[in-house]
Amino acid sequence: MTARQAGSASTQTTPPALHEHFDDTIARDQRIEPRDWMPDGYRKTLIRQVAQHAHSEIIGMQPEGEWITRAPSLRRKAILFAKVQDEAGHGLYLYSAAETLGADRADLTERLIEGRQKYSSIFNYPTPTFADVGVIGWFVDGAAICNQVPLCRSSYGPYARAMVRICKEESFHQRQGYELLMTMMRGTDAQRAMVQDAVNRWWWPSLMMFGPPDSDSPNSAQSMAWKIKRHSNDELRQRFVDMTVPQAEKLGVTLPDPELRYDEERGRYDFGTPDWAELKRVISGEGPCNTERVARRRAAHEEGAWVREAAVAHAAKQAARAQNGAAA
Amino acid sequence: MTEPSAAESPVAAAPQTPALALGDDALVLSHRLGEWAGHAPVLEEEVALANIALDLLGQARVLLSLVGNEDELAYLREERAFCNCQLVEQPNGDFAHTIARQLYFSTYQRLLYERLASAAVADERPTPLAPLTPLTAPAAPAAPAALTALAAKAVKEVDYHQDHARQWTLRLGDGTDVSHARMQAACGNLWRFTGEMFQPLEGLKGLEGREELEELDGTAGDAGIDWAALESDWLASVTSVLREATLTVPEGPRNGAWSAGAGRQGLHTEPFGRMLAEMQHLHRSHPGASW
Repeated sequence: MTARQAGSASTQTTPPALHEHFDDTIARDQRIEPRDWMPDGYRKTLIRQVAQHAHSEIIGMQPEGEWITRAPSLRRKAILFAKVQDEAGHGLYLYSAAETLGADRADLTERLIEGRQKYSSIFNYPTPTFADVGVIGWFVDGAAICNQVPLCRSSYGPYARAMVRICKEESFHQRQGYELLMTMMRGTDAQRAMVQDAVNRWWWPSLMMFGPPDSDSPNSAQSMAWKIKRHSNDELRQRFVDMTVPQAEKLGVTLPDPELRYDEERGRYDFGTPDWAELKRVISGEGPCNTERVARRRAAHEEGAWVREAAVAHAAKQAARAQNGAAA
Repeated sequence: MTEPSAAESPVAAAPQTPALALGDDALVLSHRLGEWAGHAPVLEEEVALANIALDLLGQARVLLSLVGNEDELAYLREERAFCNCQLVEQPNGDFAHTIARQLYFSTYQRLLYERLASAAVADERPTPLAPLTPLTAPAAPAAPAALTALAAKAVKEVDYHQDHARQWTLRLGDGTDVSHARMQAACGNLWRFTGEMFQPLEGLKGLEGREELEELDGTAGDAGIDWAALESDWLASVTSVLREATLTVPEGPRNGAWSAGAGRQGLHTEPFGRMLAEMQHLHRSHPGASW
């Protein structure tokens, strides 16, 4: 069943009791499960969000995967292998969660490579140095954790459960990234300069990972009412800044924001405004690596078609043999 | 500034022990599999190929550490000082080439490690006097003892690698006409690199009559490998998988005219130098830096 069919099946006439039960489940902070009735909008929003989350894991393998073959020590190479493998695994959990909503993984993949579904804006930035690998771990995985820890309480059960597992691995990746940067900061001048340069390039794109400001985030209110999302974009962004600034101090790097300062009264950090026009450009496909990221995904998919066809043909032959064997 | 002479460099002087040869095999194949990241035909294969690569890298790290500093050995040796067999350095090609290379190599590794691991079991066989006389216990050759310990752990990993390669050989060989043709071509193209794996490694030379030796004094002695038996077991195993996959066992020589034993002696095929250039460039760009 495709997402569209799943949606239309429930639009016809909904007994009010079902809707009431759904609202009540949400109100009581209980979980919605795949077989429960849910409003079309809820299903569609979730499919979009979970699929885009899955796509982000898969596209996110590319910027770091760039460095597997060039990692400067065998230990770092092993860490990168494990991380990229985890990301593929996260993609698999999330596609499974999306499929419980009636979506189809092959269809979602098509949407990704045709540019009809998005992935996190952050993965459209390039990784020109090895320090980028550490900064991605620290910032990008750190931002992902801020976003995803609350999703462990998301109202949709399969998504929330996937997040529990994913968050554990993400926080491990974040620590590894930070530890790489620590090692580099204790190293040579060239290594320290490499770290600072990477921090300068990734800071603002990382803040943009939380999405547009609340004043310009049309889907947020409904997602929060449905408890798909638990906090607003701006709240999560603030949490990320509050968490990261002391880590930057400890590391000995500066963050490229002249307006960054601690606000005693709020007990939180004030910070400058990200370039929202840049975010819009990146999201609409005009970031530095959008073309390459999607092209690579498409190439892997198309070049792998004969392999997938072989697997299907072999499975059919095996099934036919088993049937003949049983009949004989 | 004084140029260190090649003779002073611990790296250049690294003895070509079995640990180094097997470590280089694992390191190089792991690197090749890493080139698949983000390119695999299905997500499940992204996970599987990375998993195999990670196992191999783990083996390489243990093996190279037996010889010296793992990073110096991996990043500061030039092509002529690597003693991996040429099979593992072959470019990935299409998925069928990657699978054929993996089938050939994992089958070899599985059979070799199984033998080394059983030598480990024999080594650990308790003897009543052993705890009381640690100082007088016969000193086993260091490298083989450490090798057998690695093999005992790694045999479980390579069992999985071999199974993965076998399953895909069956799917591709007995899948569509296209996949059959590609798998057949891949098996044929890599066939000439398979003989080299059975050139006895110095230090693991065959001990004819080893069993008799064990019966006599109850020790495993040197971790001797009967290379001729290893090769015939390999051939039987690969032949059975290829036949099951409806593929023809390639007929050409298993040793190219010049390639017999060459990788083990530091003579490599042309793509290997480019692979090392990519692998080593960052490490070499920052001499003395730690990561």
